[in-house]
Amino acid sequence: MASTRLLARLATQRSAAAVRTPVFTRGFASVTDTTARNPAAKVAESIVPDPARKVVPDSETSNVKEPAPEKDSKLKTFHIYRWNPDEPSSKPKMQTYTLDLNKTGPMMLDALIRIKNESDPTLTFRRSCREGICGSCAMNIDGVNTLACLCRIPTDTTKESRIYPLPHMYVVKDLVADMTLFYKQYRSVKPYLQRSTPSPDGREYRQSKEDRKKLDGLYECILCACCSTSCPSYWWNQEEYLGPAVLLQSYRWLADSRDEKKAERQDALNNSMSLYRCHTILNCSRTCPKGLNPALAIAEIKKSMAFT
Amino acid sequence: MSSMRVFQLGLRRAAAPAFRGNFAGRMVQRRLANSQSTSASSAEEILVKQRVNRPVSPHLAIYRPQITWYGSMFNRLTGIILSGGLYLFGFAYLAAPTLGWHLESQSLIAAVAGWSTWAKASAKFGLSMPFFYHSLNGVRHLVWDTGKALSNKAVMQSGWAVVGASVAASLYFSFLA
Repeated sequence: MASTRLLARLATQRSAAAVRTPVFTRGFASVTDTTARNPAAKVAESIVPDPARKVVPDSETSNVKEPAPEKDSKLKTFHIYRWNPDEPSSKPKMQTYTLDLNKTGPMMLDALIRIKNESDPTLTFRRSCREGICGSCAMNIDGVNTLACLCRIPTDTTKESRIYPLPHMYVVKDLVADMTLFYKQYRSVKPYLQRSTPSPDGREYRQSKEDRKKLDGLYECILCACCSTSCPSYWWNQEEYLGPAVLLQSYRWLADSRDEKKAERQDALNNSMSLYRCHTILNCSRTCPKGLNPALAIAEIKKSMAFT
Repeated sequence: MSSMRVFQLGLRRAAAPAFRGNFAGRMVQRRLANSQSTSASSAEEILVKQRVNRPVSPHLAIYRPQITWYGSMFNRLTGIILSGGLYLFGFAYLAAPTLGWHLESQSLIAAVAGWSTWAKASAKFGLSMPFFYHSLNGVRHLVWDTGKALSNKAVMQSGWAVVGASVAASLYFSFLA
């Protein structure tokens, strides 16, 4: 093999005088037509800078249609929130897409992926596992926060679906929200086992079956932020209030029989903002795509703070 | 096989702009992208700069109306109406003698007596509805504080039960009592 390669190189060593015809020149990727892959831009929607940042309603934007519609197709309309950081002064807008449900998978994420693959590659969203375990595709679908991969597309084609990023978050692009603060808050509750004493027999830190049972419904949280961003209290006090997801995680460590820093953990929550901005609105439990109950966890924290 | 390969490579060589005298260039990929490390504080600065341009995603206007947060919103509104009404009336009553207003019970009763039945009933409803809703929802909050009735189903049922009970009670007190 090596000799073949050497032979090939020797044989094709090109002289300086070699003539290249333009026909054989390799074409390089070009960026002259920046709208080539953006169908919405092709229909010449002008972007008007607007300081108020009101969302342009879908009635004023174009409709990206199903690539090749068929006769007995089940066409469903999706209105999707769009904002492009490359035009920082532009308004966010609602872009309309029409898809044939016969050619689309059953879940909202399938629809989004199909739009991205077949009609508009500029559509941006996070996704990874497509089966509700990574929490990347959390977004507001038809007014409720959920994971796009766990949310069925309503088959009623007369109803139009609306997809927004997670509510009251900074938008990075389209459906991608800036989660920096959320992760920082998670970090602030020290989500790991804190112990100062070694285990009695030098082996793992063990706990009884009953103690382990207390963590059920807490450890399953995937931190998708659906609950936190559904909470009006979190909308208005994001900077100081930790929000349901992080408080559920906090309770997961408070409830752990192996953890030895319970008092410190409670002390960190004992102020007017971190925990007590929860006004038991209960949007969190209502929206959790994993069926967990952050409101109950918060109630348990409040109880443990009141009766110790 | 060998001659085929020679021919193909020859074609490619002729077609592509080559790095002359650089045999390794064919095998080694050149990556021209640069990366740059940032400290935690400068990362914060970058984030702040980015956030100046980023819009905040829509919230109140697009979230689906549900008994959970509409109930909570209504609880706060009724609380404001009740306490605000009490303060307003209390201060007005205090200031009444100096300002020459007549807010004693007899004069109020006399004033209301002249109203039509519907005006009386709706004024009573306007006061009793906030009172009953806020009180009954307060009971709900007390139950929640014990960690009970926090399942989705219980929350929905108790929410609508409170709405129904407060409407029924305030209708009773507006028209019959």
